[in-house]
Amino acid sequence: MSQGHGASAMPLGPIFPRHACRRRCRRRLEPAIRGATLIDALLSASAAGIIELLSYNPPGWGGKLLFGLLHSLEIALGATCLGLMIGTAGAFGKLYGGPVVRDLLAVYTTVVRAVPELVLILLLYYAGTDLINQLLAALGYQRLDISGLAAGIAVLGFVQGAYSTEVIRGAILAIPQGQIEAARAYGMSPGLMLRRITLPAMLPFAIPGLANLWLIATKDTALLAVVGFEELALATRQAAGVTKAYFTFFFAAALLYLVVSLISNFLIGRVEARSRRGMPSIKEAR
Amino acid sequence: MSVTGAATVPSGKAQNSAAEAIHVENLHKKFGQLHVLKGVSLSARDGEVIAIIGGSGSGKSTLLRCINCLENPTSGIIRVNGEEIKLKADSHGHTIPADRRQIERIRSKLGMVFQNFNLWSHMTLIENVIEVPVHVLGVKRDVAIKEAEKLLSRVGLAEKRDVYPAYLSGGQQQRAAIARALAINPRVMLFDEPTSALDPELVGEVLKVIGDLAREGRTMVLVTHEMKFAREVATHVVYLYNGLVEEEGPPEQIFGAPKSERLKQFIRNIG
Repeated sequence: MSQGHGASAMPLGPIFPRHACRRRCRRRLEPAIRGATLIDALLSASAAGIIELLSYNPPGWGGKLLFGLLHSLEIALGATCLGLMIGTAGAFGKLYGGPVVRDLLAVYTTVVRAVPELVLILLLYYAGTDLINQLLAALGYQRLDISGLAAGIAVLGFVQGAYSTEVIRGAILAIPQGQIEAARAYGMSPGLMLRRITLPAMLPFAIPGLANLWLIATKDTALLAVVGFEELALATRQAAGVTKAYFTFFFAAALLYLVVSLISNFLIGRVEARSRRGMPSIKEAR
Repeated sequence: MSVTGAATVPSGKAQNSAAEAIHVENLHKKFGQLHVLKGVSLSARDGEVIAIIGGSGSGKSTLLRCINCLENPTSGIIRVNGEEIKLKADSHGHTIPADRRQIERIRSKLGMVFQNFNLWSHMTLIENVIEVPVHVLGVKRDVAIKEAEKLLSRVGLAEKRDVYPAYLSGGQQQRAAIARALAINPRVMLFDEPTSALDPELVGEVLKVIGDLAREGRTMVLVTHEMKFAREVATHVVYLYNGLVEEEGPPEQIFGAPKSERLKQFIRNIG
């Protein structure tokens, strides 16, 4: 066997001089051969293979990837919306709530931000659905089959809520207090003040932080692959596993994530510009 | 009618308070250990311009801010339009308004103008002026816009209607804030040192607007450092010292023939 191996390396002898130590030779030679075959493979594949692999209809996997992306975006959007609602309520609770509310919220934000998201997802996904079903059973209802989408949104939204709470709390603190006071002085009810003054006034301070959270959410959806939810990362892994075209599919997935980020950046930039409409450009104050 | 000329009406009789736009009686305010107001009484009848003067820390701003419960008084009676603001103690023993809707209704009749303007920075001037009429008082938007345009041209800002506050001078912002206060057709206007944050050359334009309002018979309570102006426009001047009314009366008496030694000294120092 070892003879055979040595022989196979022979033709390359003049370029890669042989050494006494066979193990070292193997180390040197094999990556070179692999690299050559990889480039060869890529070149030949790029001609037709990649397009075929990524085509929308089977046997291409493009449709499956896009479907996974759609799922990812659904979850990211849902989780961000849920997170924003929790975050807004949480920020107001932390700022204006009673001591009990404030303590509970402090525990929530501390624990969620301290535990790795993957652990939280596993915990909330399995323990959470189990808890709900036990509760339902105890109350005499039938077990519920909680969809992956709903569970994903709930779990990621719960995590996002903790981070949003802090972002929004900081943004509310950055509003000049006089503007809140003026709203009170003119008889605005708390709900009206929130809608008309506090939220629009805090937005320019919150958007950079919330934009970060949105981008993190789009990528955190990949963590749901561990609980078997078919989002982009899992779809990619399946496609790559079946076809063995790892590079092609993971590169395609990375591109899709990048496109999502670029489109998000563009839209967020417009929202931010709109939210800062009453503020003079920072450039003029330089 | 035997209405007394004194501004402090000790009794709370209904026929007396009917003519009163604002009635404050024995008001106390403590910030923790700090006793800022130590039993102040004040009254503003329709058409009166009450000027509150006094040194720094005398409690004059606090008194004004207690009238619409921006600061909750520790004890005392406040009546606006004859309606007494219902107060209650919360779980910490702080006094707070007992009825949120009542205090909101009362606040929407009091046009407050702040030292730092406090215009809403995410709204243009016209949006600032129509905000309360449309969203608090339920005025139709197009009606409110017409009214707001009139008010803005009245304070000389007609062509700035679509400009955001940050792009305006302090004097322009304060005039816009006055238009915002006028837009609710207030029963009483409350001015909290409206020219203190302005550059000296901008003070005149704001005082002119306030003076015009006073001359047309608007009821006002005005906290100010501008003694000359107070003497011109006020019908009644209240001098606060250390949380108490030290002396009060018509401006000629307060500025012309002050009785209290402290007031004499205050006028000398300011003069």
